[in-house]
Amino acid sequence: MMPPPVPPSSMSSGPPSITFIGTIWRWLLGFTVVARVRGLAMGTVSWGRAMVTAVPFLWLALFFGLPFLVVLKISFSEAVIAQPPYTPLLTWADDGIMVLRVNFQNYLLLVQDSLYWMAYLNSVRLAAMATAICLLLGYPMAYAIAKAKASFRVPLLMLIILPFWTSFLIRVYAWIGILKNNGLLNNLLIWLGVIDQPLPFMHTDFSVLVGIVYSYLPFMVLPLFATLSRMDESLLEAAADLGCRPGKAFLSITLPLSMSGVVAGSMLVFIPAVGEFVIPDLLGGPNTLMIGKVLWTEFFSNKDWPVASAVAVATLLLLVVPLVWFQKAQEESTKKVEELV
Amino acid sequence: MRTATCAAFAAALTCSLAVAPVWASDRVVNIYNWTDYIAEDTLETFSKQTGIKVVYDVYDSNEVLEAKLLAGKSGYDVVFPTGRPFAMRQIKSGLYQKLDKSKLPNLKNMDPTLMKALASIDPDNAHGVPYMWGTTGLGINVDKVRAVLGPDADISSLSMIFKPENAAKLAACGLTFLDDQEETFAMALRYLGKDVATTRKKDIDDAADVFKQIRPYIKYFHGSQYVNDLANGDVCVSHGYSGDILQAKARAKEAKNGVNIRYVIPKEGAVLWTDVMLIPTDAPHPQEALAYINYIMNPEAVAKISNFVAYANANKAANALVAGDIRDDPGIYPPPEVMDKLYMLPENSQSLIRYRVRSWTRVKTGQ
Repeated sequence: MMPPPVPPSSMSSGPPSITFIGTIWRWLLGFTVVARVRGLAMGTVSWGRAMVTAVPFLWLALFFGLPFLVVLKISFSEAVIAQPPYTPLLTWADDGIMVLRVNFQNYLLLVQDSLYWMAYLNSVRLAAMATAICLLLGYPMAYAIAKAKASFRVPLLMLIILPFWTSFLIRVYAWIGILKNNGLLNNLLIWLGVIDQPLPFMHTDFSVLVGIVYSYLPFMVLPLFATLSRMDESLLEAAADLGCRPGKAFLSITLPLSMSGVVAGSMLVFIPAVGEFVIPDLLGGPNTLMIGKVLWTEFFSNKDWPVASAVAVATLLLLVVPLVWFQKAQEESTKKVEELV
Repeated sequence: MRTATCAAFAAALTCSLAVAPVWASDRVVNIYNWTDYIAEDTLETFSKQTGIKVVYDVYDSNEVLEAKLLAGKSGYDVVFPTGRPFAMRQIKSGLYQKLDKSKLPNLKNMDPTLMKALASIDPDNAHGVPYMWGTTGLGINVDKVRAVLGPDADISSLSMIFKPENAAKLAACGLTFLDDQEETFAMALRYLGKDVATTRKKDIDDAADVFKQIRPYIKYFHGSQYVNDLANGDVCVSHGYSGDILQAKARAKEAKNGVNIRYVIPKEGAVLWTDVMLIPTDAPHPQEALAYINYIMNPEAVAKISNFVAYANANKAANALVAGDIRDDPGIYPPPEVMDKLYMLPENSQSLIRYRVRSWTRVKTGQ
């Protein structure tokens, strides 16, 4: 949990996305800033370089750090029916004494009621399944695009990116038309004579998984493509020359070298999928319990912004743990591959 | 509490249709209303008469409206929350401004009985004017229900849906409930013969047990999907809002698909609700908001809305203008003996609401 400050050189390894996400938690712990300031003081980091890297930090501070602090603040207050619907942390008593009132009840509730744990575990389970399926589908796609003739690559990549031109919401709605009882899929299966009665695809974990995999597949394919297309082909030629079979060459060269893309893609799918609300709400059933949905209930049905904020903070902290783990795994695998090569 | 075509957040994102006829004027009013809750020409006629442009936006749950109001600076000028418990607590916490009644000459058209009833949550009717009112009961596909429950099954009692042996049979043709813990718990408490305004957690547990026993037989919990499904014959019993179910009935009739829908107020009674027109404290165009409220109190305008959405209005002068089939429908304007059995949603403490919401999640998910 307490990695040493990372020298700037190792931060440029891997596709930009992973370093960016990696920086978030490092920034959270303040290590990078400390390292940078120390670097400046010792003269190992130039001022110009520091200025350039300061931009993303400012961005993070403004659009992630600050809102997070606001949410953190609300999570320690109490709910009231008023505008805003929570109590202030700091109040002035008559005699000029500042009173700080911190309410830990919200976090206590998260621990006491199994609902939050069940919802979180179920979210992680569904997100992990979706990530695995995305990886299994996305890797061959990215591989095929990377190995395709240069003239084919651009159209193939366009096919991956093209769905983004349609509203995400419309695309998820379209799945209702496909999966519902008298939808395209059931009608096709009945027409083919595979089934007599429509299968209940909608309002199940299955439909939620379909929605997540469909929506996030491009986020898996693109970083994988980026790493696979950068790979040094001569390594495979050398392997073939030395009598290595293609299958073994793939497992011992291509796969390890694309590991950074695998990790980046998996994180880009897994992290938003855990907190996903739209897909389970539209495609899921009443018994689809996910943390995004619990947050909605806290916010709207209970009108309890403090507990909703506590859920948000806890979810973020629980996401940082897998993040750290992924980041470490990636660094180690990169190191290992570098040693190998 | 009316028909919705989209899930709550989707309403905010995609369904919000900005009906903005462009008239040569800078005056604007931002209306935030339930989905499918005005007549086709309501906004156009208002703009023609007053020269005020309407920006129209819709929601399908009181919760979404309340969250926006509590966050502040919603930008809306007129909103339509349900009287109890929503408008009541929102008025109490100062979310609405007092009406300048000198700007509302059409107030004279309102039904004094209903105005008096509303004064119980808004003393002297200082903040709000009633819009439409209705009940929450059961939509029944009569033929299908008779087919599964037998020709002389009692379809006027809640035991039709709450007795597990009945619910098990209804599962074959589709039983649905509103995903609304206020409405569902009130109904189950009433079925158990308990006080709807109970403050005892034990009563909430008992009501939750009623649902747990029939949970396997419930097709879904949703605030609007049942309208289409009832009309198409995909479900046979839906807990829902009167006007929505009557709209389903009309759609089935229009489609001539042989689906025969009936709206039933159970003999145990049903929730009576009133939606109220209110102006948020921070409304950017309060004068235009008053003009809109005054326009809705115009008998002709509001009668057209009632005719279109199948909900009763609170305008006495409009009664003569409401179409006969709407006025004589006991599901829309219930006879006095039925009115006596109707009840309102209670005001509850925050801790009881939380307990009820938690129980409802447990009913739905088993967690």
